[in-house]
Amino acid sequence: MGTIAENIISNHVGKGAKANDIVVCPVDFMMSQDGTTPLTIRAFKDMQGKKVARPDRYAIVIDHNAPSPMESVSNLHKQMREFAKEQGSILYDVGEGVCHVLVPENGYALPGSVIIGADSHTTTYGALNAFATGVGSTDMAAALISGRTWFKVPQTIKLDYHGKLPKGTFSKDIALRMCGRLTANGATYKALEITGEAIEALSAEARMTISNMAVETGAKVGLMNADRKVLDYVAPRAKYPFQGVSADADAKYEQVVREDISKLGPQVACPPDVDNVVPIEKVLGKHIDQVFIGTCTNGRIEDLRIAASILDGRRAHKDLRLIVAPASRAVMQEAMECGVLQKLVKAGAAVTTPSCGPCVGTCGGIPSDNEVVLSTANRNFKGRMGNTKADVYLASPATAAYSAIKGCVSDPREVL
Amino acid sequence: MKELFGRAHKFGDNINTDYIIAGKYKFKSTDMNDMAKHLMEDIRPGFYDEIEDGDFIVAGHNFGMGSSREQAPLVIKAAGISAVIAQDFARIFYRNCINVGLPVIECDTSRIDQGDELRVDLERGFVHNVTKDTRIKATPLPAVMVKILNDGGLAEHFQKHGGFNLD
Repeated sequence: MGTIAENIISNHVGKGAKANDIVVCPVDFMMSQDGTTPLTIRAFKDMQGKKVARPDRYAIVIDHNAPSPMESVSNLHKQMREFAKEQGSILYDVGEGVCHVLVPENGYALPGSVIIGADSHTTTYGALNAFATGVGSTDMAAALISGRTWFKVPQTIKLDYHGKLPKGTFSKDIALRMCGRLTANGATYKALEITGEAIEALSAEARMTISNMAVETGAKVGLMNADRKVLDYVAPRAKYPFQGVSADADAKYEQVVREDISKLGPQVACPPDVDNVVPIEKVLGKHIDQVFIGTCTNGRIEDLRIAASILDGRRAHKDLRLIVAPASRAVMQEAMECGVLQKLVKAGAAVTTPSCGPCVGTCGGIPSDNEVVLSTANRNFKGRMGNTKADVYLASPATAAYSAIKGCVSDPREVL
Repeated sequence: MKELFGRAHKFGDNINTDYIIAGKYKFKSTDMNDMAKHLMEDIRPGFYDEIEDGDFIVAGHNFGMGSSREQAPLVIKAAGISAVIAQDFARIFYRNCINVGLPVIECDTSRIDQGDELRVDLERGFVHNVTKDTRIKATPLPAVMVKILNDGGLAEHFQKHGGFNLD
């Protein structure tokens, strides 16, 4: 009778959970990053926490402001390392990569699991059929102590994407289209169940781009089915037992949205809101000062491959800075081994540490006043990249790479 | 729960956590009093200086959308704001407010203007607009959140009960 969300929670609480029920639910994996861990540690101590209940299921990631650009940040990082050591939890230090790429890569995001992360883009793991959502530091501390958290079981909006994605259009374009259509609060407090042949045609990694941006519609989770591609992705890396969970045929949805994506073209989110999405035709020729390719949305190897295939033998525009941050050490290594990194560097890319830096405006590529950035990230709020006087546009890695060559927003279908 | 009294500082729809406290500040420190000076800086420079203790932030739809940073409600509290009143809230922010003991009120904020004097009765769930002499009914908080808020926040709830006690 249940949706994916209801069925995953039911399996965890050992009884039938329906939308709007309040449950205290066991958590399979937890994660916090350098923007949220210091407050998590503080809350943990305020709650008189002594030991993390399952340290082997808790990862601390230093990615948002890494490597540290200043002493105050260094001191917070040190505190995190000490806490990880004292508790025996997992630590991904500077250079390992962006949390939402590391957790799936290392086999901690698994089908049918419940995961909380002290970072809103924890929804990313929904692509692997995990009920995964962002929480604040106090909720995280409570879960570290008790191994559980409370949820209001969400109602579900089902998104059904059918048709074949046209050439030059990617999962990021579906993600942006989803945000534009649902708007920034269209799914607040709800689960998204993202299905259809267009999703099935995507690789497991490409799907993560869509679940990553589910939170931009206000959604609690962005769940997908655990099909063969997902199982092939997780099987060799899984760190704990898992079982994929599907929706029942008679599941009740709050709403079902069907969309044919066979005519979808590249999409662009214009500043200062993620749901301010337009077809690329509306912004073609817009001058750009900086292109950023990376982040938990689009810094995976597939993304870098697409960018490199466009930039191969070409050169980023001389009046523009091209910054590339592979999203993890493993991505960076693979990009080196398969020649992708070489192509990007030859094309003029400044390759930086696997981290979040430029996306959250902490370090590694803060634009100057009145500059325009085209980024593969998930947020374009005023000041997001560290300067309130700069504008941020969001697009796919293909759009970003081709626009970097042209120096203005350009349609990648011209070269693909 | 006590009655709150103060002036309204009005904001629009979709105020995100980056606007409440920008990433460039939140990753630097855990000193909320220091960070509070930058509250809403990107969309209303000088806002911190306009706040008198007890004032309210009054906003439209989807207040607090975006990141999970708990610095957002903590910084609002540290700036002297006694409650946030909005048409509705984003999920993680709403939870974080309750967890850190910052009252959140959902009601029809189109009936409140910048500078209006308000009296908020959390117990009975209404906002009295003193300036306009109108009474606006608030959406009641879910029972589970009332339990946490009554204990003073989630940390206090855990201290009191030794874990979750929400049934």
